[in-house]
Amino acid sequence: MGKLWLAGLVAAGVAGCSQPWNDPYPDIGSGESVLFESFFEKPRHLDPALSYAANEVEFTAQIYEPALQYHYFRRPYELVPLAADAVPEPEYLDAERRPLPANAPAADIAFSRYTIDIQPGIRYQPHPAFARDAGGKPLYMNLSAQDVSSLESPQQFAQLGSRELKAADYVHQIKRLANPRAHSPILGLMNEHIVGLAAFTERVKQADAALQAERGRDAYVDLTQYDIEGVEVLGDHRFSILVEGQYPQLRFWLAMPFFAPVPPEASRFYQQKALRDRNMTLDTFPVGTGPYMLTVNDPNRRMVLEKNPNFRGEPFPAPADPEAASDYPVGQTMPFIDRVVFSLEKEQIPYWNKFLQGYYDASGISSDSFGEAIRVDRNGEPHLTQTMARRGVTLKTTVSPAIYYLGFNMQDDVVGGDDERARLLRRAISIALDYESYIAIFRNGRGIAAQGPIPPGIFGTQDGEQGINPYVYDWDNGRARRKSVEHARELLARAGYPGGVNEQTGEPLLLNLDTPATGPEFKAQLDWMRKQFSKLNIQLVVRATAYNRFQEKLASGAVQLFQSGWLADYPDPENFLFLLYGPNGSVDHNGENVANYDNERFDQLFRQMRIMDNGPQRQALIRQMVDIVQRDAPWIWGFYPRTYILHQAWLNNGNPNAMANNTLKYLQIEPQQRLAKQNAWNDPVIWPLPALAGILLAGLLPGFLVYRRRERQAPVVKS
Amino acid sequence: MLAYIIRRLLYAIPVLIGVNLITFMLFFVVNTPDSIARMQLGAKRVTPAAIEAWKAERGYDRPYFYNAAEDGPNRFTNTIFFDKSVRVMAFDFGRSDDGRSISRDILDRMGPSLALAIPTLLVGLLVNITFALLLVFFRASYIDTAGVVLCVFLMSISSLFYIIGGQYLAGKLMHLVPISGYSPGWDSIKFLILPVIIGVVGGIGAQTRWYRTLFLEEAGKDYVRTARAKGLSELRVLFRHVLKNGMIPILTGVVVILPLLFLGSLIMESFFGIPGLGSYTIDAINKQDFAIVRAMVFLGSVLYIIGLLLTDISYTLVDPRIRLS
Repeated sequence: MGKLWLAGLVAAGVAGCSQPWNDPYPDIGSGESVLFESFFEKPRHLDPALSYAANEVEFTAQIYEPALQYHYFRRPYELVPLAADAVPEPEYLDAERRPLPANAPAADIAFSRYTIDIQPGIRYQPHPAFARDAGGKPLYMNLSAQDVSSLESPQQFAQLGSRELKAADYVHQIKRLANPRAHSPILGLMNEHIVGLAAFTERVKQADAALQAERGRDAYVDLTQYDIEGVEVLGDHRFSILVEGQYPQLRFWLAMPFFAPVPPEASRFYQQKALRDRNMTLDTFPVGTGPYMLTVNDPNRRMVLEKNPNFRGEPFPAPADPEAASDYPVGQTMPFIDRVVFSLEKEQIPYWNKFLQGYYDASGISSDSFGEAIRVDRNGEPHLTQTMARRGVTLKTTVSPAIYYLGFNMQDDVVGGDDERARLLRRAISIALDYESYIAIFRNGRGIAAQGPIPPGIFGTQDGEQGINPYVYDWDNGRARRKSVEHARELLARAGYPGGVNEQTGEPLLLNLDTPATGPEFKAQLDWMRKQFSKLNIQLVVRATAYNRFQEKLASGAVQLFQSGWLADYPDPENFLFLLYGPNGSVDHNGENVANYDNERFDQLFRQMRIMDNGPQRQALIRQMVDIVQRDAPWIWGFYPRTYILHQAWLNNGNPNAMANNTLKYLQIEPQQRLAKQNAWNDPVIWPLPALAGILLAGLLPGFLVYRRRERQAPVVKS
Repeated sequence: MLAYIIRRLLYAIPVLIGVNLITFMLFFVVNTPDSIARMQLGAKRVTPAAIEAWKAERGYDRPYFYNAAEDGPNRFTNTIFFDKSVRVMAFDFGRSDDGRSISRDILDRMGPSLALAIPTLLVGLLVNITFALLLVFFRASYIDTAGVVLCVFLMSISSLFYIIGGQYLAGKLMHLVPISGYSPGWDSIKFLILPVIIGVVGGIGAQTRWYRTLFLEEAGKDYVRTARAKGLSELRVLFRHVLKNGMIPILTGVVVILPLLFLGSLIMESFFGIPGLGSYTIDAINKQDFAIVRAMVFLGSVLYIIGLLLTDISYTLVDPRIRLS
């Protein structure tokens, strides 16, 4: 058996002598311009009207080109044009839709119009939806099951076509947000802002229902036959969006795939049943103008992006620090890499080992491999271990625009409410929960204890003493120091719970924590949580439920304390402070304010702040708002996560950017260096195989001897 | 025999209806249409209107079993159960909640599962039967005792340990095979060598002990004594006579699991990155995708029924005394 295995391996080695035996990409040469990445979970949606999760946008952002994007280097994050000519400025209109000056008072502004000019000459990727016959008629709009029986991807059609990007494609996508079959997650929000979208949604819904009743579920409404009042095509390369009042955050949305162009031809092409039966839809094979196109979508094994041959090219941007310009290929045409191969890796151990063998070009760091990759110095700063440094691996870190917090239900009788007693109770618990230790124990130091709702890097945060939460921290020797547990106990006593006992009823204080953390891997964290509450003699009952049930509880307010988090949609303080805006409460208004915090002054300031440009005035308002919520403590602020990414020595131009998702185009690799390293790191070790065979033979020898002796033994005849 | 097979297939119909019904009830005892909609719509900005729209579009806005608002047969047909479960009886699996064709996904994923399961089964049978016969040959000796101890030792180790240990030794330390991954065609061999070896080694303990027991029982029978009395060598007795008769329970045990090989192995496929069906059902349960869950439970039931039928048929083939009536 051992010999056969060895023979097989030798044969395989001879067959592929230029690559290591353990190369997991036998069909792709590591010496080619290919980037090897992984994905942990299959992306559920690649339709730009639906894709919202990070693991979906990772793909769609490389394929689709919204009007705007984030600058790769500049911080704070800055919007720059992508397919647009310029970042659009709003034109203010009064109730009669007459233009107003840019400095018009907010009360006079009834509408804002954003006019977007698209660069001419941008072309779509090659795709059968654009293929036409000699007479100009579409080739593939009436496909049968037999026509596509041998196809795995739209790229395999015999004829592919393309055409220039038009402004109408952006408008078509905005209409697609209202498609009753799509269920876009931002439809509810956009219905509130884009003029006429809600009415359009209703019209299309009725038309769809009528069509289904008449022609069955396979019939689809042609969205090009309907118009949205506030969205206009003004030419081949110009369109406008009219929003109610002021909504400056629209520009951020214009940088997301939700507002990327989708050609109506693609919608019609993918509505064919024969294609849907082969899992070829706009949700699986996007059609874009971006630097890459999806050519393989096998979500159970591999996704492959290939360079879009029709991509116009884009110059590499200059870094914010002019002295660093020589480190980057500034001005050179992107993208640099021909192909990006994403392999499904569900388990951390094989994923990490393949990174160590050079088969992944970049990697995150799980808790299991943290010690092997990172050492933390006395100041808490992360550095690569010697092993990693010797391999030439580089470490990139960034603070994510996100917050994980523990919320109080402000409508709860015990922990909620606006009275001083409840505030003192919430502050006492806020002090007792030592998030510095949580970050050290459970996140290997990858986080920053939060002082308020806005993470670092977002306008409105303040550093140093000004930035601390004075109700939980003291400023001591240039650092924020958590107040003592004794102080927390004192606050608890003042709240009416001396020693954790309700002084009115004599009952011990018992609180319920709802969490979606249901797996055994969370047990230690929940035990830690109980221990923190026990510092104040508060009994904590953990109610772990499945995520969607947890969401239902939040929506109905059937929680007391709860764990939650928020990852920014865009780098604006509004995207965090709206989580505490009263009219956004989850119980009364079905909003994202799941703590149901409701403070009139905060809400008033929020309404002013959200329509202002960044500047001292906005900073002052944000300071006031943060002061209010720090005092009221509707959340225990938790922590802002830090992300660590490792890059192999042959991967260049990496620069963590938590807002931009279209970052593959910036990367460069040196494939020959990778191939050399892979060969050096993966030299097969075959001496144990003959040794193993020898051990097996030695083990069989006594048996063989016994067999020989038995066979030669004369039969014994008993009398 | 044909009448027997037809009768068994007819018996399967109420069984499959029952399985369908129980799957439906169990699933919807745990999950409501609202919670399914929440799961599908994602974590952010989900409004009640969006939930209602999703339910209406997917047909989850109807009553479970009986629609009092309808007339005639529509009272039963315009329900979630009829729409979601009855069509499955005609092998129309429809689409998953994220819009993918379930039949297509099953067909795509079945191949890699079989590519792993069939060699593991065949090599495992060969190794385990040979090992068990050798233990029987050396019965009541130190070699037999050592073999049984080794089997108990191998049985006591978690399958996860074999996987991680195998990946560490063969993949990480010795660089002989890829740690994980898959490639179709002949390239699949280098990805499957390690999981197949691990699957075989992981099964040696339990299987060999069972086979050893079967062969020992057989080795004590009169016909074996007669064979020895005729002067046949012990190896000839074991591999020609004992093996042939001992194979009856082994064969029936193997035939019953043959159809289930299509359904794959969850842990093995997950660790080795093999794109099979192993995790399909579990992922669907986690995502609360009822369309996939009901399809896979139904398919599992059908395959199990086929397995039992094949077992009965195989009895008649390996033991001429048995007749199906």
